[in-house]
Order: sequence, then structure tokens, then C-alpha cells
Amino acid sequence: MATPDQDIGKDAVLQKGWIEAYKWLTLRRFSQVAILAMFMSGPWFGVWVLKGNIASSELLNTVPMTDPLLFLQMLAAGFFGIATPALIGAAVIAVFFLIAGGRVYCSWVCPMNFVTDAAYWVRRRLSIKSNTHISRNIRYWILGMVLIVAALTGTLAYELVNPVSVLYRGLIFGMGAGWAVVLGIFLFDLFVLQRGWCGHVCPMGAAYALIGRGSLVRARADRREACDNCMECFAVCPEPHVISPALRGKGGTATVIYSGDCTNCGRCIDICPEDVFNFGLRFPAVRQPQEWITPAEGKAGT
Amino acid sequence: MTDAPSDRKSPKRPISRRRFLADTAKTACGVGLVGLVVAMHAEGAKSLPAAAIRPPGALPEKDFLASCVRCGLCVRDCPYEILKLAELGENVATGTPYFTARTGPCEMCEDIPCVPACPTGALDHALTDITKAKMGVAVLIDKETCIAFQGLRCEVCFNVCPVRGEAIKLEYRTNPRSGKHAFFEPVVYSDGCTGCGLCEKACILEEAAIKVLPTRLAKGELGEHYRLGWEQKQEKGESLVAPDPEHRYNLPEGVTYDHQGRGLMMEKGAAAPDTSPASNSALETLKRGIPEAK
Repeated sequence: MATPDQDIGKDAVLQKGWIEAYKWLTLRRFSQVAILAMFMSGPWFGVWVLKGNIASSELLNTVPMTDPLLFLQMLAAGFFGIATPALIGAAVIAVFFLIAGGRVYCSWVCPMNFVTDAAYWVRRRLSIKSNTHISRNIRYWILGMVLIVAALTGTLAYELVNPVSVLYRGLIFGMGAGWAVVLGIFLFDLFVLQRGWCGHVCPMGAAYALIGRGSLVRARADRREACDNCMECFAVCPEPHVISPALRGKGGTATVIYSGDCTNCGRCIDICPEDVFNFGLRFPAVRQPQEWITPAEGKAGT
Repeated sequence: MTDAPSDRKSPKRPISRRRFLADTAKTACGVGLVGLVVAMHAEGAKSLPAAAIRPPGALPEKDFLASCVRCGLCVRDCPYEILKLAELGENVATGTPYFTARTGPCEMCEDIPCVPACPTGALDHALTDITKAKMGVAVLIDKETCIAFQGLRCEVCFNVCPVRGEAIKLEYRTNPRSGKHAFFEPVVYSDGCTGCGLCEKACILEEAAIKVLPTRLAKGELGEHYRLGWEQKQEKGESLVAPDPEHRYNLPEGVTYDHQGRGLMMEKGAAAPDTSPASNSALETLKRGIPEAK
């Protein structure tokens, strides 16, 4: 039976305790804040850990990192003489997210995640409903549009308005009118479209989702037999469509969440009172069901 | 309520070709419109305001906007902290670095730390000699207020210039008001000017009379078909076409005109004999008529 909205998360706390029920969310928030802190420690305290911003940065003055979407935009804009640090930097980032999970960027790094998660939280608290429906695939269209516009104008056109870079750059270097854009996204997610920005629109997320299709670390529903259809994972998941194939698959189908849209945020792991989900690798794809006893079977056995 | 929400929302039935095409067209139009707005905004953002100067080594603006990822690493490595990333709402392309000469000019560090800091090469790593930088060109934009042109001594711009004596030279001109003093006029030579803006910063006027402008605004451009004969001659050592015939005024035989200041001259050997009562002055000879001189 599906859990009513106001009770979502309560079971998990009761069954597993608060720490287990909020483990990945806490780690994720820590990661987001820590990365921002590493950027800020330089200008604030003169301790340079990360320099630059998420468009391109330098770790400890040695390791370059460059955002893949910015890299692609440069190429689309017709700039082929890209210097070595950016080439290495784009490779470093691509390899890292190929291992950790493409949209790990979205849930563990991106500052906009705070904004859109907050919007979603308020939305649920106030039971705001809207019947706007847009395909989640529109982000791939927008990704294409971003590259086409770069090619047509010969500039990194999207970076003039990209809310993600506007926010992160703004936090570090000065926001200007950027707050208006951030507020706009918050309101869009709150009133117009549930999980609107990150889940439907953002082309940066789309670029990382493409990387994520092949990435190594994945959320898995290895104990799916234990699922009692409380539906809480679907309620908290920012990309609920990724869960079904792994959770609802029958018998020998894969228990791995393969969709690149999955952000590896781990909320499904936190929220599930039955501990259905876990992080693992993309293989072996199938785990034989006899490895555990579901709670129902356990009860039946006693 | 056992089905996943996604299953409930979109019952699994094949989408008709008609609906597929309609949906695709709708999405393409919507996204295309957004793209159009972004593109038009980007076109507008191409015009860099004249007062915003790019860091040293910046590629031409068109290439710069294609290659700068707005990371701010140049900003971080500038020891004088003059660089700034444009914030949203400024009329400089969002996130790109610039400085304003009047408030914070480039101090022309010898090692140019901002340039190697650039990860993409939007600041050209080939620039290793800061005196070769071309951030813009200083222009003495208002002679009416520059006090040097009032005959007052200033020369501040000349003195603060890091390539002193090459980018700005002082040229002297008689001050007709007093008749005995000189104007010390600062004149910019664009070959030597890096566009650092120290002169603009230092100008003592309320509003600087010397300003750094983007090269495209500061400079004219001579048509390619112009060949300056004297330059070619200097390069080659001789005239490339027929040698210049020596110019002769329509002067009587034995008299020449010297352009270096001596004026009319009697040619050697043609000088009047000492015995003649005529003057040795060429002008006298000319006045009297040549036959007499002979």
C-alpha cells in the first residue's frame, strides 16, 4: 500500500534509525558544501584547494578540471585550439564521472540542487499541484539547441544565461542579477513543473546523463523481492522513471538502475524501510534471488 | 496502486505516428524559440563596451567569446586583483573577465601570471613578453582639456608609462601665447602601446583626457593598395621604380637651391670671379641677371 505523502520517510526512521534513513542525503549535502567550501577557502582565507569555478578549475594548483558541456560548446563554437589544461581537465572530469556515475555531478556537486530540492520540499509540504506535463527528454533537445546556438553565434552563447554556472560563479565571484535567475528556477520548480529544472530542462544534467549511461557505480535494487510497494522511493526519487526497470523487473532481469538519468543521490536507499536498494557496480547485472530471504518469507518460515 | 507511477501516467500502448510527429514538432518549436532568444542575446553580447578591457593575451573578441569558459582562473592569478568576471546584468558578456583602466589598470607583470592560468587558451599562451601585449591602445582623446596642451607642465601619462618613451613620447611645440615657452605634448605611438591603462589611471583630470580604447576603435587602417615608396626604398636600399630625377627649379645656370636651409647657392666652379664687382651672394647675382655674373 502506498504511503500517504505526509508519512513518507517515517517508516525508514522507525526501522533503521535517523542516521541510516538520512545517510546518503547527509553525505550528499556534506559533499556539496565541502566542494563549495574548497572554492571559497582561497578567496576567504588564502587556502587554495580548488581555484576557479565549476566551469573550469584547478585542484591544488595542479589537477585541471573542465566541464564537458563547456568543452563541447567550445568545439561547437569553432574553437579548436583548446590549450592542454582544458583538454586534460575535460578528460579528468569525464573519467571521474564515468566511474562515479554521470549525474553524480547533479546531486553531489551542483549548487542548483539545493535550490530545486528546496523547491520540491516546499512543494510537497504545501501540497502544490500543477498539471504541467513536459517530457523529461526535452533536456536532450535543449542540449542539442545549446550546441547549435554555439555553432550559429560562434560564442559560448548558453553560458550567458546558464543558471548553473551563473549560480556557482556568482557564489564565488559575485552574483549581480544572478539571484533573479536562481529565484526564477525555484519558482518554476515550485509552481510550474515538479522537478522541473533538474529533471526536465537542464542541458548540463543532460550532458552528464549521457556520460552516466556508461558509468560504473550504480544504484541497484538487489533486494527487490523484499519490496512491499510502499512507493516511497518513487516519491523521493528525482527521476522516478529510472526505478521501475530495476525494481519491477521479474526473475532474471537486471536489478541495476541503468538509466543515465539516475543521479546516484541514494535517496531510494535511505528511504526504503525494507533495504531494497544499495549502491554497487553495473555488473554483475543479475543477482540470483535465493541469496536472501525476504521479510515475508522469513515470517512464513517461523 | 501496485503499479509504478510512470506506468499509471503513460499506459503502455504504441504511440501513433501522428502523435509522435506532433509531439516532436511541438518540442522542436519550443526549444527552437528558446534557442533563438539565447542566440539573439548572444549576438548582442558580442559588443564589448569600450571601457571594458580584456586581460593581456586575449584572443580577438570573436575568438575570445568562443573560448573563454568564464572560470575566473585569470582573476585568481592576477596579483593586483584588477580583473573581474562580468556579473549577470552588466553589459559585458556574462562571466567573462575584464578590467577598467581608470580604476584598476594592468600593472604589466613580467611573468604575466594571468595568461598561463587560462586553461583553454582564450588568453594566448604564446604571449610571454608583456610589452608585446595589445590590450588596446591609449588615445589622447581630448586635447582641449589635457593641460599639456594649455602649455602647463604635466607629463604624468608619459612618466607612468611602463614602456616609457616608446608608447608615449613628448613632442615640443612653441607656445605662441608666451612666445618663449614650449608645449610638452604627449603623443601615443600605437606600436609601443600595450593598452595597460596606467596612463588613463594616472591622468590628473577629473575625467581622463587619455583613454585606452579597443584597437578597433582607436586605429584607422590604411588601404592595402598603398605602397609607401620611401619605406620600400629604405628596405631595398634603392628605388623600386625609375630612380627619382633630381628636382631643379627653373634657375639660371650656376645657381642651385639648397633644401637644407641654405637657400640659393652658387654652384661650385660657377662662382663669380673675385674681380667682378658683383656680389658673391647668389641672390644678388640672381637680381642682377646672370649674363652680368658671367
